[in-house]
Amino acid sequence: MKKIFASVMTWAVAVALVACGGNANQEGREAQELSGAGATFPQPFYNVVFEQFGQVHGDQVAYGGIGSGGGVRNLRDKIVDFAGSDAYLSDEEMAAMDPVVHIPTCMGAVVLAYNLEGVSGLKLTGEVIAQIFAGEITMWNDERLVALNPSMELPAESIIPVYRSDGSGTTFVFTDYLTKVSPMWATKYGMGKSVDFPVGQAAKGNPGVAGVIKQTKHTIGYVGSEYAFAQQIPYAAIENKRGEFILPSTASISAAASGEMPADTRCSITNSEAPRAYPISTFTWMIIYKEQHYADRKKEQAMATLDLLKYILSDEAQAISSEVHYAPLPTKAKELSLENLKSVTFDGVAILQ
Amino acid sequence: MNDRLYKILLFAAALIMPIVCGGVVYALVTDAYEAFEHFGFFKFLTSSEWSYTEGSEQYGALPFVTGTLMTTLLALIFCIPFSLPVAMFVGEYFKGTRMAAILSTVTDLLAGIPSIIYGLWGFYTLRPIIMALNISPQGSGILTASLVLAIMIIPYAASLSAEFIKMVPNDLKEGAYSLGATRAEVIRKVVFPVAGSGIFSSYVLAIGRALGETMTVTMLIGNTNNIPDSITSTGNSMASIIANQFGEADDLRLSSLIAIGLILFLITAFINLIGKIMIKRARIA
Repeated sequence: MKKIFASVMTWAVAVALVACGGNANQEGREAQELSGAGATFPQPFYNVVFEQFGQVHGDQVAYGGIGSGGGVRNLRDKIVDFAGSDAYLSDEEMAAMDPVVHIPTCMGAVVLAYNLEGVSGLKLTGEVIAQIFAGEITMWNDERLVALNPSMELPAESIIPVYRSDGSGTTFVFTDYLTKVSPMWATKYGMGKSVDFPVGQAAKGNPGVAGVIKQTKHTIGYVGSEYAFAQQIPYAAIENKRGEFILPSTASISAAASGEMPADTRCSITNSEAPRAYPISTFTWMIIYKEQHYADRKKEQAMATLDLLKYILSDEAQAISSEVHYAPLPTKAKELSLENLKSVTFDGVAILQ
Repeated sequence: MNDRLYKILLFAAALIMPIVCGGVVYALVTDAYEAFEHFGFFKFLTSSEWSYTEGSEQYGALPFVTGTLMTTLLALIFCIPFSLPVAMFVGEYFKGTRMAAILSTVTDLLAGIPSIIYGLWGFYTLRPIIMALNISPQGSGILTASLVLAIMIIPYAASLSAEFIKMVPNDLKEGAYSLGATRAEVIRKVVFPVAGSGIFSSYVLAIGRALGETMTVTMLIGNTNNIPDSITSTGNSMASIIANQFGEADDLRLSSLIAIGLILFLITAFINLIGKIMIKRARIA
């Protein structure tokens, strides 16, 4: 018995030593373990970036893809270092918690993926998309679709819209766009992470929706661009505010952010006025507290959090974004964010000088 | 001294289960309270609205209770023609033979397959067949989910029924044979009446399994929050709505989802209770 106890103790001490040993990194502070939670949409990008960041700085970053709403809830409960969200916090949400800073990390889009045998290069307008998802256009050979795609053989089959069954930032961006372009959609259904879609069927997560579309004829659904690009599902060109039909791509998504931007970077860039802009584009944000001393956090932890955000805004990390099918941030967003990071404090003292 | 120690240890170990169960009920009730208070218990149970519109959120459990009961009932109906013959084969016709041992092992193996595998099989194999047969245009729905659920509950129903059929005393059967009864008559007039309540209880326990199945149903039911108007249309079960929406839900919606969990818990507990009572009656008989 004594022997077992002794060996267990030795083992426990060894583990404790390894865990606390922490190697000092190049900034001369101890390596930290950061944790964040939130949106699933940027997760593939974050996975690569956190891995790279770990190699450069020695800090470990864990990210739980539990959805934007869950991430914000965790931040409000002060159990994470940062939250990931596809939707920026509204003024009411901001008022309900301590001051926070929004840092955009990359850009993406929502694409309209479809499954129609022998049809490629489908063109859609915002109004027509709204009518399809509202159940007002029910057939693929509806005259409104034929008028947009005169050269195509659209089948006389029912349209099966596919939407997200779980609450999602993707739904938020998609319905934000529909609300802007279609007064009918705005009054009847509105925008949100969950919306009462009247027709079609639903599936969980981007993989679920993409899976149903791939497997089912005559479907159309909205999917995160990173997923559609990686999976090579056919998707539609969509008319932007200037009347151009634009396919989603790294360039057309970045183009959507070339307009004005508020200082706190909280803005929707759907239905952008910029030329060659894909109209259902979005930023995704990391949200941190302005005052970093909360819930027994050490100063090193706060410094590591800022190092991480600075790294994400760097050219090196932004170059990764297009490799994993996202679009890099425009210069303006990066400049504003670096400025915003300077306002982050620990015990009231700015962390970055 | 040892005897007392064992007694205390056993008592403590046995006490943990009721405590855990009580804790689960307590947590469900406290978290579901907000929804019941806001909508009223019966209003919540009978309302078919599930609407997120901010300011006028409406959550009701009826579409999901209906979805769960429809899938479970259909799964039960589909499962009987497969599980009952297996039980007869193993428990009566080929009782104790090598064939019976192989068949019952294979059937039991079905119970060990993870539900995600059933879900994927349903999604990639069964759904296209349903579409190809023109049963429904989107393939997923109550029917698809029920068919896969039926396969999942066969082992539960079959093994237990076989045990009850084996338990029918030989004296009774031999008596019937000696009076000139055929094998079919023995089964109809002796085996079924004697093992009947035991067989019934094994199906009740299989229902309990089908009620709470989450993964498979979520993948195949279509996830729409309305009361299904036919067996080919899409819907949502109580377990699948929770799986779908738990991640992003907060406040009233979170409470409503937990309330649905509580209702599911109560239904499952009730069904299991019926099963237990029937087993008891079977033993006495």
